[in-house]
Amino acid sequence: MREEILYELHSPYRESLKVHGYYFGQGNKTACIVGALRGNEVQQMYVCARLIEVLKKLEAEGAIVEGQEILVIPSVNHASMNIGKRFWPIDDTDINRMFPGYHLGETTQRIASGLFEKIRGYQYGIQLTSFYMMGEIIPHVRILDLGYHNIELAKAFGMQYVMLRRPRPYDSTTLNYNWQVWESNAFSLYTTHTDEFDTPEAMRMVDHILGFLSHCGVITYRKRPGYASHVVTDKNLVTVQTATSGLYRYFRNPGEVVHKGDLLAQVLDPFEATVQEELFAPVDGTVFFRQKSHLINQNAVAFRLLEESTGDM
Amino acid sequence: MIERVIEVGLPVDEKLVIVRNRLQPDELRGDERRIAIVTGTHGDELEGQYVCYLLNDIIQKNKEHLHGIVDIYPALNPMGIDSITRGIPMFDMDMNRIFPGDERGATAEYVAAGIIKDLSGADMCIDIHSSNIFLRELPQIRINEQSALKLLPFAELLNMDFIWVHSAATVLEATLAYSLNQIGVPTLVVEMGVGMRIDQHNGQQLVDGILNLMQSMGIWTGPVPNVRCPIISRDGHVGYINAEKSGIFVSQVDHLDTVRQGDVVGAIVSPLTGEVLHQIQAPCSGMIFTLREYPVVNEGSLIARILGGSVQ
Repeated sequence: MREEILYELHSPYRESLKVHGYYFGQGNKTACIVGALRGNEVQQMYVCARLIEVLKKLEAEGAIVEGQEILVIPSVNHASMNIGKRFWPIDDTDINRMFPGYHLGETTQRIASGLFEKIRGYQYGIQLTSFYMMGEIIPHVRILDLGYHNIELAKAFGMQYVMLRRPRPYDSTTLNYNWQVWESNAFSLYTTHTDEFDTPEAMRMVDHILGFLSHCGVITYRKRPGYASHVVTDKNLVTVQTATSGLYRYFRNPGEVVHKGDLLAQVLDPFEATVQEELFAPVDGTVFFRQKSHLINQNAVAFRLLEESTGDM
Repeated sequence: MIERVIEVGLPVDEKLVIVRNRLQPDELRGDERRIAIVTGTHGDELEGQYVCYLLNDIIQKNKEHLHGIVDIYPALNPMGIDSITRGIPMFDMDMNRIFPGDERGATAEYVAAGIIKDLSGADMCIDIHSSNIFLRELPQIRINEQSALKLLPFAELLNMDFIWVHSAATVLEATLAYSLNQIGVPTLVVEMGVGMRIDQHNGQQLVDGILNLMQSMGIWTGPVPNVRCPIISRDGHVGYINAEKSGIFVSQVDHLDTVRQGDVVGAIVSPLTGEVLHQIQAPCSGMIFTLREYPVVNEGSLIARILGGSVQ
């Protein structure tokens, strides 16, 4: 393993932001794994840290296939992580909305540009990322439908679900989108946890990534049997919204199977604790997303259920 | 007539409410044209608040000159304005990056969809922004080049100093203006002043322009001052200065100064060592139409934009 500073940004009042890269193997730019682009993506950073731990051992055992290079970047935006912010400390911009970046542009455009200079051109680009809504989501691999995506390759992670999503306008500045534009096979891996780390989930994600790298001939690794992935799209998800607001008490977690009519959650009056609303599963399915906050707005997305017997396009 | 056009219950004894004040003639013919004035998408941009106040005041005192409908939405992001938050509190994304919204999406997306629904059918929309806390802007209109042909004739009526026709970044497709233009509501984006402040002169200048535009649409027959002829420019004529070092920016020019290539614009200095870390020179000749207000800069922070020539 060799460690390199991939990008450094000087700050007037703090120590420099240094983006660390950990290289394994030598040769073709084969696989790049990126962790926390946002300051709250602790689990994403942790997965990379555990991956580095395992790759060190594999490299010592000679399990990195000759001529293949793997780059792991645990964190890009720890300047925000250290002060409890999700986005860039000064202007609140999101580095994952700045790709491919611009080396003469604004600060986060420069960070994106400096980083992308180092990570473009890899055959496989894997980003550990988080969902834009506050809540917990079932672990899955997500690919953007840009016309040259590869579903079969996404299945090689052995995760339960592969989500194929049509890009929205704001996706055009994400890392995943730009990796694909620069002809990498790009995958976004979503974890249930974000701002806290969970070791069992992190180790499962490490195993999914190693299984993928093994499938692609980058490492020799005896992978554990994974899932035969279901391919799903947004159309397979059924949204359960609140009609009222108040205290939110939920009874189901991501990954749980529910049946039509099952009680998913209650909304309580904040002053009297009376039940104002009960949310029931409108279909048979699996909990894909669940709002995490204990306070909930009216019209909020409380749950997204993956409807049973849908999926696989 | 003040109406609550969107309401969303918040967890504890409060609603997020987006209000609209509809000004219209006492008697309607049924074929009145409608102009919408919207602002407050970013909670730290306040120039539009004064514009809404002035326009309300003028129209209500001269109701006999009103022959159409004027809808004033002072706060599309009321929680943001109230808490001095640029975005929507408790929601991670910039509100002007989620349009056209989604009725089945998160609260902010639901609100965005409701805003589009309420504005659809308007004959014109003016979306007022005021830069951010970092940069001071010359009163200007920004038009996506895809809409330039249709919007330029309206933009020229608005009494702004400058019309910037910019290239079509895909990400801008998620803005309110883009979404409205897509559904046939001609929408002009105004940028002026600086965040968290109100410049009354800027506000009066825009109100004069809005009345002029309303007159051209047959909505207003009251007196309208003469309006200025704006400079119209495309991206190629705009030069950028970004900070090459992190530190404190000390300006040596004023906003709207004219500079020549090589002139000193300012310096980035170190309060700790007393050093000048970087002397900033104008990369091209022209007028400084954007100038940094907030002195702390990181490498890359925008210092100024110069209208006149691009930097190769």
